[in-house]
Amino acid sequence: MAAVKYLIPICGDDAAELSTEDGAAIDEAAQSWDAEMTRRGVLLDANRLRSASDAATLRVRDSDVLISDGPIAETKEQIAGYVLIDCADMDEAIALVSTHPLAELGAVEVRPLSTR
Amino acid sequence: MTAGTDSAVAEAYRREWGRVVATLIATTGDWDLAEECAQDAFAQASARWPRDGVPRNPGAWLTTVARNRALDRLRRARTEAAKLRELAAMSRIDQRLDPPGEAGDIPDDRLRLIFTCCHPALPLDARVALTLRTLAGLTTAEIARAFLVPEATMGKRLVRARHKIRNAGIPYRVPPAPLLPERTGGVLAVLYLLFNEGYAASTGADLVRQGLCAEAIRLARVLVQLMPGNPEVLGLTALLLLQDARRAARVDDAGELVTLEDQDRSRWDRRGIDDGIALLDAAMRHGQPGPYQVQAAIAACHASAPTAADTDWAQIALLYGRLRELTASPVVELNRAVAVAMVEGPAAGLELVDALESARSLRDYHLLPATRADLLRRLGRQQEAAAAYQEALALVPTDAERRFLRRRLAELTAG
Repeated sequence: MAAVKYLIPICGDDAAELSTEDGAAIDEAAQSWDAEMTRRGVLLDANRLRSASDAATLRVRDSDVLISDGPIAETKEQIAGYVLIDCADMDEAIALVSTHPLAELGAVEVRPLSTR
Repeated sequence: MTAGTDSAVAEAYRREWGRVVATLIATTGDWDLAEECAQDAFAQASARWPRDGVPRNPGAWLTTVARNRALDRLRRARTEAAKLRELAAMSRIDQRLDPPGEAGDIPDDRLRLIFTCCHPALPLDARVALTLRTLAGLTTAEIARAFLVPEATMGKRLVRARHKIRNAGIPYRVPPAPLLPERTGGVLAVLYLLFNEGYAASTGADLVRQGLCAEAIRLARVLVQLMPGNPEVLGLTALLLLQDARRAARVDDAGELVTLEDQDRSRWDRRGIDDGIALLDAAMRHGQPGPYQVQAAIAACHASAPTAADTDWAQIALLYGRLRELTASPVVELNRAVAVAMVEGPAAGLELVDALESARSLRDYHLLPATRADLLRRLGRQQEAAAAYQEALALVPTDAERRFLRRRLAELTAG
């Protein structure tokens, strides 16, 4: 089977406040995960996002740009980061993503890209 | 002669459909194409077997015809994209099926098929439908009738599932060893759900749904063939056989539910019970108990008691205790309470039931108040029993069970 690219939005409680030490520990764990996946040749991109409250959402209707503050959906769980990987199949993606340190804290979605 | 070949085609369909589809998916990677070509092969069998006779190895004949049909279809495909796919698929077909398989050497890809159909990334209803369609060979219309949805809805569900397998890269393979126990559990859960859908349908009008029990047992037996060393596969199959053996006695001539206690045990299917117990014995020899084996052991305790009074309730209570350790389910604890009540009296059972009142997952479960009602009745606490029956009646999901609870309530107020 041809390889599939998966976008992995990493979601967590947007209001969760971690201590500086905890935050640093998670950053470090995530970075070493990224390094390992790069070494294996599966990681295409990875990043953390700032708080959803820093976002703006817009829609264009009849040439009007309608802007609202915040994310598209005001839910408790928000996307806190993402990973883009290139895998053989869904099972490989699940196996890799289940080792991501943030999977233990929030929820991760394994979403196939439409293009190969 | 025609009747003979007709039944030979029907028999081949039952035995070989899943294997032909599984092999075609393995060789073409295309689920839609695989099913269409398998269908064509069976249509050709209906046309040719009456004239030419039934081939010595119907499975090999059908697979070869279906494969040739797939090759034809791929050759005729016109678009550029299809041509690329054709080249890739044809080289795979040539590798795997050239020269065409003679007796017995067709690869059995059904295990890959069932693990893919039951992949946890697919919605549960799609797993069930896909298993019935691709592995058991039920038509979309039959599956739709069994699950009481319009045929178009079921058709869409199947199409979406097949597309998801392709788009999401759900692999067509038996999971590697570390994943195998968990994924096997997922497959067994789908088969058990299938069986229960049929088993819950107890009235004559639900005959189509009752057919699901037979399909679940057939698929479980296939899984036993494919994974003979897995004790939980054996355990589930034993459980299904033992439960199914009681089917005829579960409902009386008027279509009313009969409790285990009151069932006419001469109507139990002895052969099914013997088969189930033999499978359970084979499972337990592995020395790796699991939830399905324990449930089968409980069913075997009931099945081997000559009368209700002979039931080994102490053993059943122990087994429910073991099952609770394995599953941590409040429903299991409720069943244990019933067994304990039989051994130590209704007061001991009631104590366990009362401890479950706070379990949120049982809040809407009619068998919790129904069990309480029965225990209170046996303790002579009529008014509390009546109130509990009313509570159960407000939650009960099926008509047959509703009538049963009403009868119990009426007996209580009459007595």
